[in-house]
Amino acid sequence: MLQVRGLNAWYGESHILHGVDFDVAQGEVVTLLGRNGAGKTTTLKSIMGLVPRREGSVLYGGRETIRQRSDLIARAGIALCPEERGIFASLSVAENLVLPPVIAPGGLDIPTLHTLFPNLKERARSQGTRLSGGEQQMLAIARILRTGARLLMLDEPTEGLAPVIVQQIGRTIREIKARGFTVLLVEQNFRFAATVADRFYVMEHGRVIDMIPNADLAANMGKLHEYLGV
Amino acid sequence: MVMIFGKPLILLYGQLTLGLINGAFYALLSLGLAVIFGLLNVVNFAHGALFMLGAFVTWGLLTYLGIGYWPSLVLAPLVIGVLGAVMQRTLIRRLAGLDPLYGLLLTFGCALVIEGLMRNQFGSSGVPYAIPEALSGAVNLGFMVLPRYRAWVVIAAAVMCLAVWLVIERTRLGALLRAATENAPLVQAFGVNVPRMVTLTYAAGAALAAFGGVLAAPMNSVNPNMGTNLIIVVFAVVVIGGMGSILGSIITGFGLGIIEGLTKVYYPEGSATVIFVVMVIVLLLRPAGLFGKAA
Repeated sequence: MLQVRGLNAWYGESHILHGVDFDVAQGEVVTLLGRNGAGKTTTLKSIMGLVPRREGSVLYGGRETIRQRSDLIARAGIALCPEERGIFASLSVAENLVLPPVIAPGGLDIPTLHTLFPNLKERARSQGTRLSGGEQQMLAIARILRTGARLLMLDEPTEGLAPVIVQQIGRTIREIKARGFTVLLVEQNFRFAATVADRFYVMEHGRVIDMIPNADLAANMGKLHEYLGV
Repeated sequence: MVMIFGKPLILLYGQLTLGLINGAFYALLSLGLAVIFGLLNVVNFAHGALFMLGAFVTWGLLTYLGIGYWPSLVLAPLVIGVLGAVMQRTLIRRLAGLDPLYGLLLTFGCALVIEGLMRNQFGSSGVPYAIPEALSGAVNLGFMVLPRYRAWVVIAAAVMCLAVWLVIERTRLGALLRAATENAPLVQAFGVNVPRMVTLTYAAGAALAAFGGVLAAPMNSVNPNMGTNLIIVVFAVVVIGGMGSILGSIITGFGLGIIEGLTKVYYPEGSATVIFVVMVIVLLLRPAGLFGKAA
């Protein structure tokens, strides 16, 4: 579904990605692991078209998107839930939820989203940024489930959240996988990622240096600890 | 004669009406500036020139095509909206991402060019435009005689401001605009054609200025300087209200018009400077403006 080859990206003068290669198949949950500054977030932003200078190849459903504008990439079916969540302060919760335009049929409708995230229903009229961190994260995820995008990229969805909320987000990811969505996840929280992901790619210094299927996780724990420095 | 604080009531009413009318123009123009600044981060110094062009288009429609005031209320903003879109696409867009100072200089230059061309063509004294028949004359309200056209200007401007505010605060289009004002790249990454939205927003701001120009056309003469005289005050209004605040610019516009009117009654010598005095005080006490959020 997604094929990334030789992806390079720059922020101004600094060269962040040095040839990233990986694949995500339809219906998979794939996690990018790596230390801070390894280039995980930049990889997601580059796929989404949010990094101005990028080279290499990003094929989505067989179509090259490396030169495309981010709105056209979104229209092709990719959605990003950014690390900083990107909840709009000048919009209510309800307005935030329906902000991204529906790009294809097959997204979840509002009643389904309210069943998954009851808090969003209760607080529909609140200002978006008045929600707690966990609620904002749910809103940021719910927002992109509605649009019909098939590849959902979640950037550190559990960062700074209480364990009970992390569990809820884990359930949500398994739920959307069961509904046939494809998920590309960036996580620092390796324990959490292990509960949802099919495969892991390990990034270091702007490159993918290893791939570990979930089934082989136990056998590779030592290597992983070394990669991640945990 | 009825007196209030030693001034005849009739004078007070008269100046209050004038103040409201000035306030109506301040509100219309600063509203457009606020919307443009919010999304484009451009301090649109061409706003006064667009206002003036709106008045000239109104005059031109009547003089050359025989199209009267009422259709001009729609046509002139449309024409200037298209001009605004062209200006944004060909000039302003090139400055995206640079310091707002560049946009300010560019639009200031545009204003000088537009006003120079118009002065060259029409001279400084300008051309007359008659008040439409339905709005000529005055109504006696009992306590004062109110020229119909003045009442119309205040009502039309207030309704337009309210409509713009409703669109921005209560519609999906407005939600997209507010969101893009906060974080345009993210809104674009959701699949919204933000570059087109930016062009249309500038066009809408220009159209709003032109609408003000149509309203202003029958009030004095239609002349190339009418925008310059107004825009300086309007920028003070925007600074007082808080850059980028929609409701703030409407309230501040009308409010300062009234303050100016009252000053004309009680201390006429200060009427030309009172708005700038208010600006200085507001900047000292609340640098982000009355309705602005501190950056």
